[in-house]
Amino acid sequence: MKKLFVVAFLFLSGILTAQSKFEGAMQNGLTQMSQAKSGEDMAATSAFFERVGDAEKDKWLPYYYAARTYVLSAWMTPKSDKDKAAEKAKELIAKAESIDKNNSEIFCLKQTVAVMQLTVDAMSRWQTYGAVAAEAIARAKAADPKNPRPYLLEGQYQINVPEAFGGGKTVAKKLLEKSISLYETFQPASPFHPNWGKEDAVKLLAACQ
Amino acid sequence: MKFIAIFLSSIILSASLNAQVRVMGSVKDNRGRILAGASITLKGTYDGTTSDSVGRFSFKTFEKGAFVLVANNIGNKIVEMPITIAGDTVTVDFSLKEEINELKAVVITAGSYEASDKKKGTVLKALDIATTAGANADISATIQTLPGAQKVGEQEGLFIRGGGAEEAKIIIDGTVVNNFFYSSVPGISQRGRFSPFLFSGTAFSSGGYSAVYGQALSSILSLESIDIPDRSEVQIGLSPIFLSAGLQQVSKDKRKSYGFSYNWVNLTLYQKLVPQAPDFFRAPDFHTADANFRIKTKKNGMFKIYAYFNSGDLAVRTPSLDSNGLKNAFSLNNQNLFTNISYRQFLGRGWKINTVASISYNKDKIGSEIQNQQNQKAGRSNIPAIDNASFNINARQWMVQARVVLDKKFGALNTFRFGTELWNNSDSSTYSASFGVFPSKVNDFYQAIFSESDLYITNDLAFRPGVRMEHSGLLNKWNIAPRAALSYKLSKNSQLTADYGMFYQTPERRFLSNNANFDFLRADHYILTYQHISSNYTFRTQIFYKDYVSLLKTDRSITNAISNNGGGFAKGIEVFWRDRKTFKNFDYWISYSYLDTKRDYNNYPIMAQPTFAANHSGSIVLKKFWVKKMFGVNWSWNWSTGRPFYNPNKPGTEFLSDRTIGFSSNNFSLNWLPKIGKSNTVVVLGINNVFNELQIFGYNYSNRLRDNNNQLIRAEVNPPAPRNFFLGIFMSWGVDRTLQNINGNL
Repeated sequence: MKKLFVVAFLFLSGILTAQSKFEGAMQNGLTQMSQAKSGEDMAATSAFFERVGDAEKDKWLPYYYAARTYVLSAWMTPKSDKDKAAEKAKELIAKAESIDKNNSEIFCLKQTVAVMQLTVDAMSRWQTYGAVAAEAIARAKAADPKNPRPYLLEGQYQINVPEAFGGGKTVAKKLLEKSISLYETFQPASPFHPNWGKEDAVKLLAACQ
Repeated sequence: MKFIAIFLSSIILSASLNAQVRVMGSVKDNRGRILAGASITLKGTYDGTTSDSVGRFSFKTFEKGAFVLVANNIGNKIVEMPITIAGDTVTVDFSLKEEINELKAVVITAGSYEASDKKKGTVLKALDIATTAGANADISATIQTLPGAQKVGEQEGLFIRGGGAEEAKIIIDGTVVNNFFYSSVPGISQRGRFSPFLFSGTAFSSGGYSAVYGQALSSILSLESIDIPDRSEVQIGLSPIFLSAGLQQVSKDKRKSYGFSYNWVNLTLYQKLVPQAPDFFRAPDFHTADANFRIKTKKNGMFKIYAYFNSGDLAVRTPSLDSNGLKNAFSLNNQNLFTNISYRQFLGRGWKINTVASISYNKDKIGSEIQNQQNQKAGRSNIPAIDNASFNINARQWMVQARVVLDKKFGALNTFRFGTELWNNSDSSTYSASFGVFPSKVNDFYQAIFSESDLYITNDLAFRPGVRMEHSGLLNKWNIAPRAALSYKLSKNSQLTADYGMFYQTPERRFLSNNANFDFLRADHYILTYQHISSNYTFRTQIFYKDYVSLLKTDRSITNAISNNGGGFAKGIEVFWRDRKTFKNFDYWISYSYLDTKRDYNNYPIMAQPTFAANHSGSIVLKKFWVKKMFGVNWSWNWSTGRPFYNPNKPGTEFLSDRTIGFSSNNFSLNWLPKIGKSNTVVVLGINNVFNELQIFGYNYSNRLRDNNNQLIRAEVNPPAPRNFFLGIFMSWGVDRTLQNINGNL
């Protein structure tokens, strides 16, 4: 009986260390992300998450963060080639999506990549990439109606869309208010699941007033 | 207690066994250049790092034993290196081969000007065609602001590097459009028939174009129609000049779409408001209908049908230069049909097929009549110069075309393509005048086979050899035309391209009505291009030599004696600069062309600079857009030095030695996108030749009337009105899913 207990305990501690290895890596990555001061730091964080993703193979979160930090890195490096960055980000998103097919957060990522490509040449790209972004948001909402981020991202996008094209502050305000009300009740599935954006929503809403 | 001890010891054990090993090294490419930001991964673990700014990397790992270390950098091939982790440090130096890819590779077609939103590094965007002042959304007018394209005010068409309008072919989805421009009356140029919004890609080659195309001595303008539009729409256009309405329906899955539109242009009101110098007794009146149907097939294939029909009338009266008081009345009725069916499909294993077929028809009914002061038909004068100006022409042209092109991709970017092209042209016309009726009919069955390869030796060096063989049934002759392009990348954004090619063309069929023993016309091109393109700046300069090896020559002393003995040359240098960055929301381009050309062709008595060539020409195009106000202002200035004109008072040795005054036109346009109801609205106002500058395109001379100095009298060829105005409102109501979504979710 005692022996069984010992075996069970050793087994359990093995699982626990394995668990904590992934969790430790995620924690480590999220810390790196929050402390990143430059585009290079952010790119290094992305490479880290990609390594975790490649090693785990069946977890979408590392690829999600790898893509998200890659996009952030491109934004933090003003002279970077946004189209090139978008290609890499899309590769990472595709890997995440192959693991979790109908994920609201991954659709949100797709929108951020489309918006990034749109800004390269808004005048001639808004029709194509605007449609891609809108579709991603629609699917994000459908996949998880309680996720506040699709509304935040859409609001953020609409602020910059001229009223003539159906955007503007009034439209954005409604979206951001909806987003904030969803943040009130939103609970991430784990400490590592996406839980960002509430402060952004509040700030953007203030800018809409 | 025992359990806890075991538990603790197991943790301590695992920690103490795992002393860390440092893995370090460097990452370079195969040419020894440092690669910063490359990702280094110990495969199967979380361990790894990225290389620093000098290409070095270093990380610690608890792992032990045999592993694979992976180095990955965008633009290079991945390298996996087996390593054994033991001891204190493991050192690995990576050398990554460059991956040939579109983002980094040299551009083979650098000699051409493309307008596209899909491709990278194009000079123009699709929207530029609609927002260039003076062009009024006419594709060819925008092309005329680019170097190499000469603006010829009295005649439509593309006059490229000393070449006549017939030397340029315009192509829609791979098929030639014979009557791209509306039929015109002499001295007044017309615009292109097709709206720029039908096309997603425009590629203008001012020489040295691909072996996939032929039958153009100078240039190719290739237009690619859009696949599936972004959304369903109802469109309406309102203007004092035209009314238009259209519908475009896109299926929910965006795999199918159809649409049709109707457009009526009538200049009666406009010509009352803006007086025209010639007497338009029938103001231009055009009816156009078109329809399209598109299906996306499996594996990203595409099937498209497009059909266009237009019918137009106009008539104009000008004073006759051959008599006192009589008038020359010219009337035109045109009917035009263009259809195009195309299908492209990926066949797997890198193969792609592109097939297209087209049937087109054009009918011009031209009447020329001498009228008296009361605008009645004048009686016979028995003066040939006057009586011969009364005639009728009925001209019909049918053209049937088919083309198949197969593409095979191999390696990253290398492509081998080959194909065939068949045309059947049948022209018939009847010329009737007081001295008789002259019917004529010409049929030409033309076939071509061609092949071409894009070979990327490295990212920096690419070679495109090609060859084309053509046969004309009418001439009963074959030709072989080799083509080649070599591109070398000098730095990240700059490159050099050299183009060479032999270009053949069957002479215009009107010269070949009597089955003369005749060969193809031929021009050889030699072009060197330097370009520097970054996302916000474009600089391009080209130097070219065009050798007109064979041109058509008619001998005036013997009727219908035509030969291949004509020839000539064109050489020059061109510069283009575009800047989208320096001034915020302000975009401008400048182009300049120097051209030196002479030719001896048609009925020229000597080698001379042709009437459609100016030595210096250029454009400045400015665009400013206020995003918040959705308001844009565009300006353009087109200028050229004087062009030669024919003066019959001069002896043959001084043929075309006179020059017109220089040409200058400042144009303004304004786009405003106001919010009117639920529509997307665009208001366009355009004024061409704002400053009322005097424009003389040439002179028409009398055949018989002389002035006091015994010189034949002449009249200036001017635009019909000094200034041109355009006002239009385009409204569209789209089923915009974004808006639906917002409303549905709030």
